[in-house]
Amino acid sequence: MTTTTTVERPFYDRVMEAVPSGEKLKLCLQCGMCSGICPYGFAMNYPPQSLIAAVRAGDLDAVFESETIWLCVSCFACASVCPAQIPLTSGLMASLKTEMLLRRKVPAELQTALENTRRYGNTLGESPRKRSAWSQNLTPPIPVMAQTKEPVDVLWFVGDYASYHPRAMLASQAMAKVFQALGIRFGILGPEENSDGDVQYLAGERGLLEILAQKNGKVLRKYQYQEIVTTDPHAYNVIKHEYPGVGVSVPIKHYTQFLAERIEQIKPLMRHEHKSIVTYHDPCAIGRANKNNIFEEPRLVLSAIPGLELVEMAHNRATSICCGGGGGGNWLDGFAWQQTHTRMSEWRIQEALASGAQILAVACPYEAPRFEDALKSMGSENKLVVKDIAELLAEAMSA
Amino acid sequence: MHIVVPIKLAPDLVEELEIDAGGAALDRTFLRLIINEFDDHAIEQALLLKERGGGQVTILAPDLEGADDVLYTAAAKGADRLIKLTGDFSSGVNCHALARTLSKAIGDLHPDLVLTGVQAHDDLDGAVGPLLAEYLRMPYLGYVAGLTVSDGKCMARKEYPGGLVAEMEVALPAVFGIQAAEKPPRYVVTSLITQAMKSATIEEIETGEFDSGGAAPVERMSRLEATTHAEMIEGSVDQVADKLVAVLRERGLLASRG
Repeated sequence: MTTTTTVERPFYDRVMEAVPSGEKLKLCLQCGMCSGICPYGFAMNYPPQSLIAAVRAGDLDAVFESETIWLCVSCFACASVCPAQIPLTSGLMASLKTEMLLRRKVPAELQTALENTRRYGNTLGESPRKRSAWSQNLTPPIPVMAQTKEPVDVLWFVGDYASYHPRAMLASQAMAKVFQALGIRFGILGPEENSDGDVQYLAGERGLLEILAQKNGKVLRKYQYQEIVTTDPHAYNVIKHEYPGVGVSVPIKHYTQFLAERIEQIKPLMRHEHKSIVTYHDPCAIGRANKNNIFEEPRLVLSAIPGLELVEMAHNRATSICCGGGGGGNWLDGFAWQQTHTRMSEWRIQEALASGAQILAVACPYEAPRFEDALKSMGSENKLVVKDIAELLAEAMSA
Repeated sequence: MHIVVPIKLAPDLVEELEIDAGGAALDRTFLRLIINEFDDHAIEQALLLKERGGGQVTILAPDLEGADDVLYTAAAKGADRLIKLTGDFSSGVNCHALARTLSKAIGDLHPDLVLTGVQAHDDLDGAVGPLLAEYLRMPYLGYVAGLTVSDGKCMARKEYPGGLVAEMEVALPAVFGIQAAEKPPRYVVTSLITQAMKSATIEEIETGEFDSGGAAPVERMSRLEATTHAEMIEGSVDQVADKLVAVLRERGLLASRG
């Protein structure tokens, strides 16, 4: 339906224009580091380096036909090692995914997540009115900004998964207890909060991100707060790096940063020893993505728990292996399985088991469900416990 | 070839449904409406036909919350003409009234094909398609899952229960109740919808009074209530059969022999 002369040449220009530093595509020296580090590079017909070659040659029909672009989970591994600092994940891959969406080559499950976001403001297709339902039976109650209308210290951007997913909301409930134990005046946006748009944007839906950013920006401007703290690494990444481009510039912290700043206040609140060996999984979105480099804060917070022994997996910090859930990957498990017969979350669990840890500590709402599912599919559900850092803290603080 | 797709907006089941004070209708205060799923397939089928054989696709929607969104989304997907039927749809319009209203608007459009969802979950008392066909004096074929058009004739794949499929030739113009498009409804990127909102025009057609005649009146609406749990009958096949017969007889559901 399209010819190479009318579509692919402008595509090269479009990619370069669409993203900051896009012109760096020209600097690619075909070294192949991106394809080598890509966790699914082995299964892609066109790993990043080959994609650049195809884009340059204007030979993209075969690329779009192969569909293995959808194996990219936006883990930023390629972008983090590129010697020419080409914006591979947020530029090249996101633009190619947009092209796939335009050509209607999108796996059904991801399509549903994108349609849900557009209609309901969350990927899960839940009622926006139930966004604060996770907090309803908690005492003391969690203040919703639209109801209290009072200035707060912390505006908590909860995020989609942490609001709606039955496993992820346990971590949200624990986080509420931690805020309360620290005496923080905080509030949530409840039904006024929309999906942050990170995974949708990295799955090619820049237009959707712009709408979501404007909606969230409008709400964030309504209230008075000292700072915004989020439990969702994806919200952190996109609000910090993409919202300013849409005219929404707000300061944001990941909750592990916020807690690390209060480590001396946290230590005396620890009532229980937690005698266990723990390993920590670095989420891509607060780790190597856009050089966010939030590596030490989560470890500092974990080390405040008495008795806890922290061990490292073979891949940690900037080399952490993705859980497989970013950039739309959370809705592409079926597709990835068809293509590769592997699950990235299982590779990570194998590393966690090899580390000798009893507990896998996480700091992203996607991860507890993803890793617990991996443990079940591997038949290892009794060998490792997955806990959010907020859950471990709340347990150690509990009366 | 002119393909007209009239669509319905039905209650979104993601939101809790409430019954109004009168007890015979949904409380529409907080009701959120969504395109009827089968109508979404009708749009997709129309676009697939257009892509294969050319022609024009016109979408009609009642003037309700969400109609503009549905129409602009259809335009972004490739629909050519958008029409909103204006009138007081706010208290809910049954299939009979909707079909009469649609027939007036659609008759003036002189369609070759009318594709509409085979049913909608909010009103199963006479689906819109057959009623519409009757008022338009056109043939109707329902439960259709694929269409091919050539030389003014249409081959339709009609689905039957049990996995049976019939291919039927239908003379045009005709009305089809779409069970499923040949492909799932396509995704359209948000930027294209935003563009359509700027460039596409929504025409309006005034509907006038609604005539709901012929519909079964709703006397009472109630929530399904769980009362007692199911009793599981255990034992050998013979024991289970004997117990089952006894239960049915006890409730007067078996005619006595002879």
